[in-house]
Amino acid sequence: MMFKYTTGAIAALAIGTFAAGGAFAQDTVKIGLIISMTGQQASTGKQVKAGVDLYMKEHGDMVAGKKIQVILRDSGSVPDNTKRLAQELIVNDKVNVIAGFEITPAALVVAPLATEAKVVEVVMAAGTSIITEKSPYIVRTSFTVPQSCVIIADWAAKNKIKKVVTIVSDYAPGFDAEKSFTERFKAAGGTVAEAIRVPLANPDFSPFLQRAADAKPDAIFIFVPSGQGGSFMKQFAERGLDKAGIKLIGPGDVTDDDLLPGMGDAAIGTVTAHFYSADHNSAMNKAYVAAFEKANHFRPGFMSVGGYDGMNLIYSALKKTGGKADGDSLIAAMKGMKWESPRGPISIDPDTRDIIQNIYIRKVEKKNGQLYNVEFETFKDVKDPVKAAMKK
Amino acid sequence: MLPPPIAIRVATEWLAARARWQPLEVGFWIVAFAAIWLFPDRHLILTEIAWLGLFALSLDLILGYAGIISLGHAAFFGLGAYTAALLAKYEIINEPVLALLVAGLAAMALGFVTSFLVLRGSDLTRLMVTLGVALLLRELANRLGWLTGGADGLQGVSIKPVLGMFRFDMFGHTGYAYSLIVLFILFLIARRLVNSPFGLSLLSVKGNPLRASAIGISVDGRLIAIYTVAAGFAGIAGALLAQTTSFASLEVFSFDRSADLLLVLIIGGAGYLYGGLIGAIIFKFMQDYLSALTPQYWPFWIGLVLVVIVMVGRDRITSWTAPFRRIASHLNWRALARHVAASSSERR
Repeated sequence: MMFKYTTGAIAALAIGTFAAGGAFAQDTVKIGLIISMTGQQASTGKQVKAGVDLYMKEHGDMVAGKKIQVILRDSGSVPDNTKRLAQELIVNDKVNVIAGFEITPAALVVAPLATEAKVVEVVMAAGTSIITEKSPYIVRTSFTVPQSCVIIADWAAKNKIKKVVTIVSDYAPGFDAEKSFTERFKAAGGTVAEAIRVPLANPDFSPFLQRAADAKPDAIFIFVPSGQGGSFMKQFAERGLDKAGIKLIGPGDVTDDDLLPGMGDAAIGTVTAHFYSADHNSAMNKAYVAAFEKANHFRPGFMSVGGYDGMNLIYSALKKTGGKADGDSLIAAMKGMKWESPRGPISIDPDTRDIIQNIYIRKVEKKNGQLYNVEFETFKDVKDPVKAAMKK
Repeated sequence: MLPPPIAIRVATEWLAARARWQPLEVGFWIVAFAAIWLFPDRHLILTEIAWLGLFALSLDLILGYAGIISLGHAAFFGLGAYTAALLAKYEIINEPVLALLVAGLAAMALGFVTSFLVLRGSDLTRLMVTLGVALLLRELANRLGWLTGGADGLQGVSIKPVLGMFRFDMFGHTGYAYSLIVLFILFLIARRLVNSPFGLSLLSVKGNPLRASAIGISVDGRLIAIYTVAAGFAGIAGALLAQTTSFASLEVFSFDRSADLLLVLIIGGAGYLYGGLIGAIIFKFMQDYLSALTPQYWPFWIGLVLVVIVMVGRDRITSWTAPFRRIASHLNWRALARHVAASSSERR
């Protein structure tokens, strides 16, 4: 290893520090994909990576005369790792785009780098509303937490749900979910009997579920990060709440397709609002799910389409710029971009660089012996409600 | 028994011999400083190695020298990181070096207060207590969202130039030089500390606390002192992280960080100061190299290395370096001989 660095240093001195990288970068567009392949958020990383891989497999690695090279780095779910990796990718590998970012702090910590280096940052997973405000080079292909929460609030108010207990994980996205749901639900005439926050790490839901049951609500609003849906469902059933006639509603994180097949019948009847279901009825999605399951032996979850669409956005932007890969050209090309995704029609808001997409109301049902989120109502072209409200 | 004056001289000379610089040590630091010019494109990871090394050095002080096992050393690291980041964010102290000192002092204060907890009980109790302190602080930082940014991490920190002259650049050049100098200074302090009579008394406490107290060593006092100092070191390591990345998140308090640290120290070997530094170099480079190679499965290889170290035994691994150490000790003896000759001629 020592030898490699020494020769590298000598070569760099001989040629002149940065000239070497520039010539090579002419025909290659490099994408630094920084995502958690290990650690607490590994399941997110796995989905995003699988989405990215599938897109590259289907569309090849050449676009607008450029070769696309993805450099994958594991953040280990640690934001300061993400920062260092992004810095190294920008400085040493001269990447044109950085992408990935499983959690909000990881996306935020890179924002100043994106601004300073004028490199486009494609957020493929993290869902806190404010992220895209932190740099003019950030664009998002996943979702924002409030997008789903306000829609489920609207739906609940319209469907004879008057009294709700909210249960959210005790961290920033949880607060976001609680706030956006509660505001919208109250405005529509509903009442929130109790707002419960559950510790994020290794939660035991049963005491909180008991408290929720004691309040005798029509429904429980639940938001947990996608990995915890399984244990929540199990405890929900153990307490007999599914039989007590209390409905379960929330954004779609709790019934993530990644874990849904293992949740058991307790999950049946859960109504959620979200932007992607593996059951989404379109020819494109059917092909997507088939190809995805063939390549990975697990079902695509909502995180996977963030990776898939992120790649599509980069490819389409390169086509539009004719292969020009500097940050300013790319981000300009990405603004307002519209396309058909496995999740349905989506576009990038030219004002906020955030995603505009349909939010679907889905109910967990059994299809061919497997649990699926079956969509039954569509709210079209939903913008991030937090940023929409700020404008007014 | 030797008569007292001779005994004192023997002891002093023995201590002096212990504290003498070995050629390999000098070489180590020359390479570390040479890296500033030799590997300019590796400064970002070298910076991480520097603060991780300092952090591991801090754990070595309490584990390797005083026998206090801790699974919550990230508490001090995290406090240092948040202190430095907050001082910069609210422009209370703009000069990084001064902020670094304040962060270290804050961590020392926490170390002093919590040291009374680790005095009690066995290793298992200590594991639980230290773990608990780190978890409490993590939750506190999560709750105080208005101050710390909660789970989003502390954003918008901008660190002013070191000593008003050296700006933190994107390539990490300033970051590495700064971190390395801080590490070196604190290393000198630690080295002085463990080679002093105080350090020896710590080793005796580690060996057998009961006998140590029987020969008149204040066991509790020694443990409180070293725990406080080590906490300060960890706080400064955390502050270095915060200053070189302009960021602090709840991750700094995480259990994983404390556990990884223990791993780093075990890889490098506890109880000789360089263990933490060598462990940090091996751990970070392996992580960097392996995770670039197999982003999903690198922890497996790290685990394998750990198993090999445990199964083969550190003694056998260090014996592979025996030829180097023989040369080193040979050089040392010559130096010693010259020194003795010079001092004896003076006496005449």
